[in-house]
Amino acid sequence: MKSLVPLSFRVNGEPVEAAVAPYKTLLEVLREDLGLTGTKHGCELGECGACAVLLDGEPVLSCLVVARACEGRTVETVEGLAGRDGALHPLQEAFADLGGSQCGYCTPGILMTAKHLLDGNPSPTRDEIADALSGNLCRCTGYNQIFESVEEAAARLRGERRVTHDDEHWAKTGDPLAAEVRKR
Amino acid sequence: MSQPGSPRNTIGRARRRVDGRAKVTGQTRFADDVVLPRTAHCKLLRASVPHARIRSIDVSAAASAPGVLLVLTGADFPIPFGILPVSQDEHPLCREKVRFVGDPVAAVIAADEASAAEALALIAVDYEALPARATPLEAYENPSPRIHEYGEEGNVHKRVSFRFGDTDEALASSDRVFDDVFFFQGNTHLPIEQHASIAAPDPDGKLTIWSSTQVPHYLHRALSRALEIPAAHIRVIAAPNGGGFGGKTDPFNHEIVVARAAMILGRPVKIALNREEVFYCHRGRHPVLMRFRTGVNSDGTIQAMHLQTFIDGGAYGSYGVASTFYTGALQTVTYRIPRYRFEACRMFTNKPPCGPKRGHGTPQPRFGQEVQLDKIAEALALDPAELRLKIVEKPGTVTANYMQVRTIGLAECIRSVVRRSGWAERFRHLPHGHGLGLACSSYLSGAGLPIYWNKLPHSGVQLKLDRSGGVTAFCGATEVGQGSDDVLVNIVAEILGIHPFDIRCVTGDTDLTPVDLGSYSSRVTLMMGNAAIEAADRARDLLARAVAAKLAVPKERLVFSERRVFDASEPGTGVTFQEAVILAEAEFGTLGTTGSYTPPRSPARYKGGGVGPSPTYSYTACVVEAHVDPATGWVHVPKIWIAHDIGRALNPVLARGQVEGSVYMGLGEALMEEQVFRRLPPKLSGALVHKFPSMLEYKSPTSLDMPEVDTELIEIPDPAGPFGAKEVGQGPLLPIMPAVANAVYDAVGVRIDEVPITPEKIVKALEEKAKGKPGRYGPESFPDIAFPEPMLVPPPWEGGDGNATNDPERKRSAKLADKSA
Repeated sequence: MKSLVPLSFRVNGEPVEAAVAPYKTLLEVLREDLGLTGTKHGCELGECGACAVLLDGEPVLSCLVVARACEGRTVETVEGLAGRDGALHPLQEAFADLGGSQCGYCTPGILMTAKHLLDGNPSPTRDEIADALSGNLCRCTGYNQIFESVEEAAARLRGERRVTHDDEHWAKTGDPLAAEVRKR
Repeated sequence: MSQPGSPRNTIGRARRRVDGRAKVTGQTRFADDVVLPRTAHCKLLRASVPHARIRSIDVSAAASAPGVLLVLTGADFPIPFGILPVSQDEHPLCREKVRFVGDPVAAVIAADEASAAEALALIAVDYEALPARATPLEAYENPSPRIHEYGEEGNVHKRVSFRFGDTDEALASSDRVFDDVFFFQGNTHLPIEQHASIAAPDPDGKLTIWSSTQVPHYLHRALSRALEIPAAHIRVIAAPNGGGFGGKTDPFNHEIVVARAAMILGRPVKIALNREEVFYCHRGRHPVLMRFRTGVNSDGTIQAMHLQTFIDGGAYGSYGVASTFYTGALQTVTYRIPRYRFEACRMFTNKPPCGPKRGHGTPQPRFGQEVQLDKIAEALALDPAELRLKIVEKPGTVTANYMQVRTIGLAECIRSVVRRSGWAERFRHLPHGHGLGLACSSYLSGAGLPIYWNKLPHSGVQLKLDRSGGVTAFCGATEVGQGSDDVLVNIVAEILGIHPFDIRCVTGDTDLTPVDLGSYSSRVTLMMGNAAIEAADRARDLLARAVAAKLAVPKERLVFSERRVFDASEPGTGVTFQEAVILAEAEFGTLGTTGSYTPPRSPARYKGGGVGPSPTYSYTACVVEAHVDPATGWVHVPKIWIAHDIGRALNPVLARGQVEGSVYMGLGEALMEEQVFRRLPPKLSGALVHKFPSMLEYKSPTSLDMPEVDTELIEIPDPAGPFGAKEVGQGPLLPIMPAVANAVYDAVGVRIDEVPITPEKIVKALEEKAKGKPGRYGPESFPDIAFPEPMLVPPPWEGGDGNATNDPERKRSAKLADKSA
């Protein structure tokens, strides 16, 4: 058995102390050692983008990063995207509402890549979005609903809301359950 | 059973899918996300040679390697399996022979994945090489050695031949006969999720397996047979699939291997395939060479069509027998074809097995048919859209090969894309290098027959309601990303007047859910949807009876909406949904209802007529704009207009996603995707290997390649579908490839009669054209295949009754019937 090495870093704002196999990638440590299975794998060769996470705020393919290289650094995964109150990030809201996610397998990588884009560019053009996501393969959507989701999220982050959701109709029915559902 | 009337609650509204939150928070639990204590890990040793006898396998070193718990070989798996009853030709691990590079020969199960992978290298396999067949023609011309000991003869897996009316006579009397040969290269599904399975012995000794499968019911049957365990003692849980597209509709060797290993070791065993292995699982698009001879009159009406297909099946049967029929089953449902002849031949070759990919066997001949129609229109000086509008099949028709067309919105689809694309002004009028192409298609809303013969329902839904006001919907359907869970709760919510989020959804679990045959053939919305309507209508009736008694109003007057049950003529009089359930539970006891769906009987009674029938067909038309650089042949597609006859869109967000996802996948097939092989040089074994089993080299469109897509859903509610809904997941893929080919012709005047349409082929065709030759790239001829005597089935308008007039088996049974009478 290979001897484990210590690793300490921050994941989704929380300090993590782990002992990991020295050959393991960040992807493997996240999924197998930390139980953060929200980050997906599609090739483990840096070809598909499914495993994208943010390392010190920059998108990286976690299948190509040796976990030990993350010592003392900060990692953000899809599990940390929603607020501490459980409120979804506007990107998550928009992807769920507008068909940005079908099977959902490429979604975590795309969300994290898109978050990086919006962190630096609150009003990206369609071309800028397509460019930012060009390393993330999606086989389901045909990308256009992903672009629209990112645009809607950007609008919501700017305090605008362009697409209204049909669930709002339910929120107005006066049923106490409806309000509770909305809160979730 | 279905309710084509106007829905009032959730149906037809753009709404967040029920599983949307799980997907965007990373909480959807795919098979490899299932983590169990004491899990051991499995790796497979795969054949390094394409065709060989296994002389011996020495696993002793691997078995004693550190961490290794178990090594299995073909000797441990005597029972063959396969998706079709007629093609039980696979073993979980190869026994006597390997048939392609990637065929699994041994499995190592170790405490951790790395130890299992390292031990694979310690297994010694002694192979006796056999000649490998790379193409169907090579396999046809070299009947020996046989790749399989079954099939028709030599390396012919399956041949079919039908004649619906005297096509020879009709072709001879047509004004013109167009004779074209096309080739459609194979390609693969490339789901982003690699297949994974984890099997675990239950505390009581039964077996549970979580797997990335589209067909838990068929996997259930295969496991029971291969492991010799009663199906009642096996639980298959289909984890949500990270994309399937048909690539996860076979039971797979690795699923059976981990199940057996878990039972032997008494602990969970997991396998997660790597990307290269996913390419070897394949079951993707069959490469098909095809010849169309189509007789038309000068006004463009089709008199007859004779289609021949020559199919590269790869190393195993898979769905291949069905695929073979599908290469000719649906030619007749789009346009009026009064006489039709179809011959097909599927060959075994030493490559990963082909199977069903989105469109299953029908995109290839659809490509040929729609490109040929473009040629016919040009030769007859007709507009391609006008020609199609003239020959569109009529609703309610039984076609020459006895396919029952019900509603058909194809003309509306054509008019929609013609209007939006500016077709009339722009087709044949764009500057050189720019072009428009139009094509149409149709697809099944579910296969009319199951994979194995039975009289049972194709889909079942159960509802449980209790005093909490909660409703749980159970169905064996499998969420593969298409939104089947959302269809289920959407329909139940519509009928019970509650919010979809109020419903708990339990799907794809053979222990808990009634059987649904699986997520394939675009069957789920229609079949599960109709079963859900029946179950929900029965629940609604129980609630309505109890509420009607309480309120003293006739139950017919009750409305279920906004989480209330109330009097339509006096909406203030009513109860909450929860109160309604309590009243019903008090009145009738524990509440539960069921619904079932079985497709109607097809008018096709001839042998082989079981492939192609569907409760109803969807229709699609699209226009592709292509910009072609004549110097490099590079094709840029800036925009696609598409219209899809969906019957009714249950959730328009998801319906549009299915259309545009199909456009995307079709564009990949049209321009770049190909599953191709090469022979290694003799000094490197000479093996036939996959050219590029990696996502980087297998080119698929990225976000930068995707054009703008202008989608319109044509809603003509079909009485066969739930609330009028037809399929949407596959049909919209089919017209993209021929529309691209037709657009390339409009742009630069060359015909690319082959998919994918690569720059190299365009440049070659342009060079030919510059030399004064026909500007065309594609196959030159169709080989001389010995097809069997055709089954003669007179079309309905020639006195036919759906039976063959020369079927020897039928004649025999008719004689027996006479005698007994």
